[in-house]
Amino acid sequence: MKNILEVKNLSVSFGESKIIKDLSFAVSEGEFLTILGPNGSGKTVLLKTLLGLLSGYEKNIFWREDAKIGYLPQGLTHLKVKESPLSVLEFLSLKNKNKSEIENHLKMLGIKDLSFLKKRIGTLSGGQFQRMLMAWALFDNPNVLIFDEPTTGVDIHGEETVYNLLRDLQKERNLTIILITHDVNVVYKYSTNVLCMSHNNICHSGPEEALSPKRLEELYGMPVKIYKHNH
Amino acid sequence: MNIQLIYSLIAGISIGGVAGYLGSLMLQKRMSLAAGPLSHLAFPGVALAIVYGFDISLGAFPFIILGAVFIWILENKTKVPMDTLTALVFTVGVGASFLFLPIEEAEQALVGNISSIGPLETTLTFLFSLGIFFLIKSKMREMMIIGVSEDLAQIEGISVKKNSLIFIFSLAIIVALGVKLVGALLTIALVSIPAASAKNLSWSLKSFTVFSFLFGILAPLFGISFAKLFAMPAGILTILISAVFFLITVFFQKNDR
Repeated sequence: MKNILEVKNLSVSFGESKIIKDLSFAVSEGEFLTILGPNGSGKTVLLKTLLGLLSGYEKNIFWREDAKIGYLPQGLTHLKVKESPLSVLEFLSLKNKNKSEIENHLKMLGIKDLSFLKKRIGTLSGGQFQRMLMAWALFDNPNVLIFDEPTTGVDIHGEETVYNLLRDLQKERNLTIILITHDVNVVYKYSTNVLCMSHNNICHSGPEEALSPKRLEELYGMPVKIYKHNH
Repeated sequence: MNIQLIYSLIAGISIGGVAGYLGSLMLQKRMSLAAGPLSHLAFPGVALAIVYGFDISLGAFPFIILGAVFIWILENKTKVPMDTLTALVFTVGVGASFLFLPIEEAEQALVGNISSIGPLETTLTFLFSLGIFFLIKSKMREMMIIGVSEDLAQIEGISVKKNSLIFIFSLAIIVALGVKLVGALLTIALVSIPAASAKNLSWSLKSFTVFSFLFGILAPLFGISFAKLFAMPAGILTILISAVFFLITVFFQKNDR
């Protein structure tokens, strides 16, 4: 199997409502796939089926045998763990790693300031928290990263750091990245492919085509303006 | 020191320590209040035990297990808010028990009676507490990950449902034991106050659980000793001392929150 992931005729319904209808696509190694679509279009449900968190779809989803997945869930921000007593070091130790393994891992990710290891995870800034989760997801060298809106609760500066880190890692390690985002600028800047999902419309193409005004209007049901930056 | 006091102290410290330890987990799950309905469910069982003259924990346990399963099902199948549940269970528990428990015999059910505990009960209490301590310790890593994110836990191959069942089962046993120490009315305090005090002082998970465990041990140690000294109810003194610890820790709160 050349592609690292193949999805064939995937349909997911909860009770009466059909969330995903007959979806097929493939992801090749080293691809940066963005999943785009309005709220409620089934993006997160799709990720959960890909991850095997929703069972019963094994016949529609084929991961290559050597696929090793790192994952960041949706909506997990520093605000959600305000009450947690865990320090950053203790949180990362939950991956069954010792202190020196954790420190080496963080240095490899370009996180040089290790004083944040002593902080409680609930007191981190949005960007620091996200970098910590990234370190969590990247333990044990995964070759696929699945991120669901990874920059929720992160300011613009932090957001850029997160995406630049992702891009650098991708180049360095030939990672495959599957990402849900609402940020069309991210799609332009980083994606190699786009999967757009809405209730009656699914497209799978390069970013230019996916982000054409016509496509976006079809997707979101209203005109969407984009200010494209040329890099 | 007389032997009765030693029994009371061993039993009280065992229950207090493990309740504090479990409480540190509950505070993170924002579940401290779950101990409330569970201990109130113990009322009818405690009432039966008093009326028919058998061990209070033994009477409380089946009722709490029933309640625990009930709460586990509600937690998994419905979205009934915990406060609604608390109100319902509290009134049913207390109401049902006073159907057959004469009000003049209710003191033991309300505030506990650890000062008359026997050797066999003490041994069992110690062993059960020890068992629950190691059970929770072995599951701490999984429960911590679940505490941060259930999705993250599932990806790590951790069963959220299984852990939640283990958690509620442990809580049920601690509550059944706690009823003897402080009564069905106050058991919630054994679980929630030491953890709240510990939180004020802690800077990491380790410091949090260690403090919670220590406060859990110190309160019954002083409570039971003072009760003997001043001929007062041990359960009430235990809770009051625990509350004093809490008030003191408030002034030493870590300011990184």
